[in-house]
Amino acid sequence: MTHVQHLKPFLKKTPFYEPMSALMHGAGWIRWQGYYSPAFYDSVQSEYFAARNGATVYDVSPLIKYAIRGRDAAKFANYLVTRDLGKIKPMNAAYTAWCDDDGRMIEEGTIFRLGENEFLLNAALHQLHWLHESAYGFAVEIEEVSEQLAGLSLQGPTSRLILEQLGVQGIGKLPHFGILETTIDGKWLRIDRAGFTGDLGYEIWVKPQDALWLWESLFRIGDPYKISPMGGHALEMTRIEAGFILVDVDYIGAHHALRPTQRVSPFEAGIGWAVALKKDSYFVGKRALQKEKAQGTSRFILSGVEIEGRKPAPGAFLYADQKGTKELGLTTSAMWSPLLKKNLAFAQLPAAYAKPGTEMWIEIWYPKEKKIERSMVRCWTRNRMFFDPPRKKEIV
Amino acid sequence: MAGQTHSKGYDVIVIGAGHNGLVTAAYLARAGQKVLVLEAGDQPGGTAQTREFAPGFRVSAVAHILQALHPKVIGDLDLERHGLKPHANRIGTSALLPGGGRIDITDDPVATHDSIAKFSAADAAAWHPRMERLNRIAGALGTFLTKTPPSPSPSANDFQTRLALGMFALQLRLMGKKDMLELSRILTINVADLANDFFESDVVKGLLGFEATLGVYLGPRSPNTVFNLLYRLATLSPKHGLGGLHLPQGGMGGVIAALVKAAEARGVTIRTQAPVDHILIERERAVGVVLANGEEIRAPIIASSADPQRTLLKMVQPGNLDTEFLRRMRHLRMNGCVAKVHLALDALPGALAQAQGRMVVAPSTNHVERAFDCAKYGRVSDHPALEIVIPTLADPTLAPKGKHVASILYQYAPYKLRATTPDEARAQVLDRTLATLEEVAPGTRHAVTASEVLVPHDLESRFNLSGGQWHHGEVTLDQVFFLRPAASFQQYRMPLPGLWLCGAGAHPGGNVSGAAGANAAREIIKDLKQGHANRGAA
Repeated sequence: MTHVQHLKPFLKKTPFYEPMSALMHGAGWIRWQGYYSPAFYDSVQSEYFAARNGATVYDVSPLIKYAIRGRDAAKFANYLVTRDLGKIKPMNAAYTAWCDDDGRMIEEGTIFRLGENEFLLNAALHQLHWLHESAYGFAVEIEEVSEQLAGLSLQGPTSRLILEQLGVQGIGKLPHFGILETTIDGKWLRIDRAGFTGDLGYEIWVKPQDALWLWESLFRIGDPYKISPMGGHALEMTRIEAGFILVDVDYIGAHHALRPTQRVSPFEAGIGWAVALKKDSYFVGKRALQKEKAQGTSRFILSGVEIEGRKPAPGAFLYADQKGTKELGLTTSAMWSPLLKKNLAFAQLPAAYAKPGTEMWIEIWYPKEKKIERSMVRCWTRNRMFFDPPRKKEIV
Repeated sequence: MAGQTHSKGYDVIVIGAGHNGLVTAAYLARAGQKVLVLEAGDQPGGTAQTREFAPGFRVSAVAHILQALHPKVIGDLDLERHGLKPHANRIGTSALLPGGGRIDITDDPVATHDSIAKFSAADAAAWHPRMERLNRIAGALGTFLTKTPPSPSPSANDFQTRLALGMFALQLRLMGKKDMLELSRILTINVADLANDFFESDVVKGLLGFEATLGVYLGPRSPNTVFNLLYRLATLSPKHGLGGLHLPQGGMGGVIAALVKAAEARGVTIRTQAPVDHILIERERAVGVVLANGEEIRAPIIASSADPQRTLLKMVQPGNLDTEFLRRMRHLRMNGCVAKVHLALDALPGALAQAQGRMVVAPSTNHVERAFDCAKYGRVSDHPALEIVIPTLADPTLAPKGKHVASILYQYAPYKLRATTPDEARAQVLDRTLATLEEVAPGTRHAVTASEVLVPHDLESRFNLSGGQWHHGEVTLDQVFFLRPAASFQQYRMPLPGLWLCGAGAHPGGNVSGAAGANAAREIIKDLKQGHANRGAA
């Protein structure tokens, strides 16, 4: 990760930098939104297996957070995003997309409804300009509060046990995408049950000055529960298994597109379920999305694909036939899943091929003894959520 | 839907009883629709009304010269049968110079020649052929005034639009190589360069500079000003306008009176003092309006002749239109820069009585440019360029017997002021108007018994013109044709299904021409025939 070296004078440190740094064995820092963020501490493999078998801690402080408050906050938030927030009760969160006029996705992220008219939007990219533009005429205040909260994502099968041991009351009853606020050792905590690994997991938010306390408490209590720090590389593996898409990897954010056709709709990005066309009010891009839906003009659907063999297939072309005469689309993310023992990828497929079980062919180029070799193997459309254990949503 | 009337309700609600609103209403009623026109003011007319500004003195409130009223609108709506005399009181233009000199531009080529020759023999000889050529070029552009702008995506255009586009191309080609190349050369340049190219005397160049900048927030050296000149000339041709300048009988309100009669004769209902607070939206469609008093009126088609900002930013409540579209609407260039001055005169000073009916004070390119320099920095021009008409010369009934009214455009008095309040601007406009008049027509100051100044802020508050912009958005290359009011929304349909724009904010823009209203009505009727009048633009 040498590219971080020349940025060192400019990168900021999150409130968790010191404890993360103490555990950093290799040159594992990368930059994320201008902050030091760990790509790995020691071994990606062991961090990955910790996430799937114990619990991992990942610093999510660099996420960009916008507070949306005011008399029209509920109206505005529901106008901004594609999900129907009318169905999201206070102290619940929702995964959603937001689009431009043409119904092309600017980004997707999580919106937390903290009160009737109080929301927090978490985004990977800066959105303040768009939020302000969209808020014209609404009685709302939008404030970036990114550095007012420090956050750790605690993910994995033992994560709930750790929080119980920490003394969080009612954590077992917290539903998927639910939010609770509590006080422990006199510190304020906000915990939501969500994450980027597709497993049981939580995001824990504290005031920046309590960050060290949180880190130390988790690792002290978590030791018997196989707690481990995790970097972005292992997170990348878990999020592909979980079927989560990533902006500018699996789709180009509308504001980053170099040409209009690069932009995609939520239908094309495979999160059509998050577009509430039946919402009883307008949202940005709704007319364009209604038209796309009605006229069937989606060019492709980002789907899961399982590939024969073990060779990872990022950026590989898919074909309808073994000869490769009819091209279908391209993979975006791809990996060999050590847990599922499957070769996985996301691929942009025409609607006719997006049905799970459809057989296709994929052309993979791979290095072998200083040569690049080609293999054409079978692959099948799958539900993109390859890994989805019942414990993710389980209430105890 | 065509021909079907709701027993209780209306088929169409037109917002605003300005000339375009009335034209749309009359056309739709002619096509069998039951139309209600809602006007915020206490009389119809909007910026085209005639108002009393001092006891016994009446004047065209905003627009005061009739030139652009489209012959097709006059014919289709039988306006002459309803009392309009469109060709009455034709006037020429005099360019007044400080100290008393002037040139007279009239329909008489010999007199015009002789008048200019006092300043420059070369300009006298050049005037007629140069202006002829500009008129010819402008005439070709004028064809599109009554056409619906084509969509940028070719497949979205119907046969008529494609035919119109083809005919336009053909017409440009038929102008001949020389005129076509000249059009390409001058379309985007500034008028100061054009004037230098064509003429040598300051007085002629100044006049041309004024004609090209009137009503736009641009100086003679700003690019795009030749386009504004061509646009104005287009409406002066007999084919696309009235063929000249006229002082309407009874002021501009006379035109409105004829339009009201034409509309009412076809069954249009006009309600005044009925300001629309917002557009009623249900299931993401415009289904009616809610008045300021809370009254709700429903109709499947809402056609707004209010300006685009007022219609889309104020009357459509937040949360119903897309972000980028609203940004485009917010950023429309709407910086009104013309103030209106009304003077009640005891007597008419000689210089004003002897000149042609329309007088311009713009003695040189630099004079107009310096006037604009002030506006550029948010100030009222120190030495304005003026357009003066004396409506009482054409219609003495506008003032008590023997007395007169002067109706004056003051360029520039910007809406966006810096370190000047609108009250201060109003006082400055009056002071500087009188000072300028004193230079070109001595004795005017002493003849003034009453006055009224409407700066752009007043135009906004009294006539609901956003930014005090006379034309509902400047008519510049980037805000005309298929870019008016915004690309993809140029065919009078707004993104909100059921909502239409039928005022000057839509193609072809400002002037008392009725073209925007007529074009919008034609598109509405086209959709009604196809049975999807509330389909929306995108």
